[in-house]
Amino acid sequence: MWQTIFSLVMVTQTIRISIPYILASIGGTFSERGGVINIGLEGMILNGAFCAVLATWYTGNAWAGVIAAVIGGALTALIHAVVSIRYKANQIISGVAINLFAVGITKFILKIVFHSSSNSERVAGLPLWKIPIIDRIPVINTIFSTPLILLTLGIIILSHILIFKTPFGLRLRSCGEHPQASDTLGVKVNLMRYSGVLISGALAGLGGGWLSLDQHCFTDGMSGGRGFIALAAMIFGKWTPLGATGAALLFGFAEALQIQLQSAGVKIPTQFVQMIPYLLTLVVLASAIGRAVPPAADGIPYEPSED
Amino acid sequence: MRKTFPIGLVLLLTIALILGCARKEEEVEATLRVGLVFDVGGRGDKSFNDSAYRGLEKAKEDLGIYYEYIEPGEGSDRESGLRMLAYQNFDLIFGIGFMFSDDITHIAREFPEKKFACVDYTVQPGREIPSNLAALKFREEEGSYLVGALAGLLTKTNKLGFVGGMDIPLIHRFESGYKAGVRRANPKATILVGYAGVTGEAFKNPAKGKEIALSQYGQGVDIVYHASGSTGLGVFEAAREKKVLAIGVDSDQYHEAPGYILTSMVKRVNNSVYNTIKDTIAGQFKGGVHIFGLKEDGVGYVYDENNRDLIPDEVRKKVEELKAQIIAGEIEVPRE
Repeated sequence: MWQTIFSLVMVTQTIRISIPYILASIGGTFSERGGVINIGLEGMILNGAFCAVLATWYTGNAWAGVIAAVIGGALTALIHAVVSIRYKANQIISGVAINLFAVGITKFILKIVFHSSSNSERVAGLPLWKIPIIDRIPVINTIFSTPLILLTLGIIILSHILIFKTPFGLRLRSCGEHPQASDTLGVKVNLMRYSGVLISGALAGLGGGWLSLDQHCFTDGMSGGRGFIALAAMIFGKWTPLGATGAALLFGFAEALQIQLQSAGVKIPTQFVQMIPYLLTLVVLASAIGRAVPPAADGIPYEPSED
Repeated sequence: MRKTFPIGLVLLLTIALILGCARKEEEVEATLRVGLVFDVGGRGDKSFNDSAYRGLEKAKEDLGIYYEYIEPGEGSDRESGLRMLAYQNFDLIFGIGFMFSDDITHIAREFPEKKFACVDYTVQPGREIPSNLAALKFREEEGSYLVGALAGLLTKTNKLGFVGGMDIPLIHRFESGYKAGVRRANPKATILVGYAGVTGEAFKNPAKGKEIALSQYGQGVDIVYHASGSTGLGVFEAAREKKVLAIGVDSDQYHEAPGYILTSMVKRVNNSVYNTIKDTIAGQFKGGVHIFGLKEDGVGYVYDENNRDLIPDEVRKKVEELKAQIIAGEIEVPRE
């Protein structure tokens, strides 16, 4: 029985489930490293998912959908950025508002375009790449034949380099830790923060694009709380792209385990099995894996000093 | 300058809101004014809600009613939706889905002069159903039994799957009927079961549905039956990807994945909505529980030009025999 549960199928399943978590949690890392809390990831995923389907529907090309997902997510993030950076509003409230806004606007446009407030028509999906030799190796072939999984892999590495190895990353992090000091050194604090939030929206939007393009359709509320799990992954990963990826994979694993346990007919009440991913989130967040310390200026709007 | 933007925005939205609300109140000549509040998933779910909508449409064409419907967003919207319709001049108000059970009972008591009907109403011991409320219930297990028997007869791997939406007694009825049907037709078959979640969101999580179905297909299952609303769209997506079969639910879902849908367990919510409207116009509205099973043609399975090639005649004959036996009361289909 255990062999059917812990199989190669489960590995690929874990990866597929984790993709939106990974992208959104890395996005959150960019935003919070710059000093802006981003509760709105959920809404950015949803808007990204919707833009992907909308663009694919009109162009017939799923790659246009991918680009639209990124733009849609970034535009949603722009609202959050303007409200919390330009107008210094409470970032939690702004984030919550983004989430509610996304639920409403997607339904509204869904109804106008597809005459349904619940799901869209079927659209084209991304093609699978066939690569010889690699095609025969299990797991690896899934990764290399699915363009968005490959892209995610690239984004993980790139984000790590960008945040920790480049001047941009150093400036971004300094704005999240001590914006006054960065300002005196000539770093444009708000510009850095805008870019952090916009990148977070773009990545979360891409995560949404994966969700909807893999289903070939958009369903109302299809983000299903994934943005919040991504937030937990970001914190658990201690605001680093690699840590966030690891945490996202762990949550993805818990969800895959839950699915496998159910279909293997293990005699555990389903309600308990359903609980596993969330229970794991709680345990992980509260456990002694090390105190998660957010960037010092996270959530505090930057006020340049008067003198 | 800093303040003008937010103030301007608020003004603009307020104006938009006022303009939006200033809809002209048209008094349409109608035999009956019907209001309806949809379930999670809303209109366009190509399943449960759309079936109710077809009932409304048919009543409009045949009987000349006027209708309006509301698609609620989250939980509390359902209650306020019902209440809003009750305050306006609607004669008959529908709540589509078991989630309305509590709210519609309260509101039916508050508005005794109006008629209410609730599809999939959950009867609770100790709670009296008001006389102006019709509880429309279906024997999902009977229809599920037939598609289960069909799947049991047609499986080549002797492995079948079931994907449920929210883990609740209503969906367990689909599961238990399906299992009983499979066992009757093919005692050797094993059935893998997966539920998408424990909240209403589980009815609109196609990504989860796809993963559950993929893992079942991966273990050798060749036909999956779903009772999971929009989550089932993911099940169909998995069937397409693996080039195997799936069974639809509530409405005929053939067109969601042509060629991959063996059949659909249809729950004729449309008929129940239509008949309730018809009865009300004729002054024969009856409160209390109404049950629609195979006998009343409230449930069934699809067999038409689309899937005729997938179902051999002798298989069809066997399933029809089982159907006759259920109608005659010779087979008792378990409800849980």
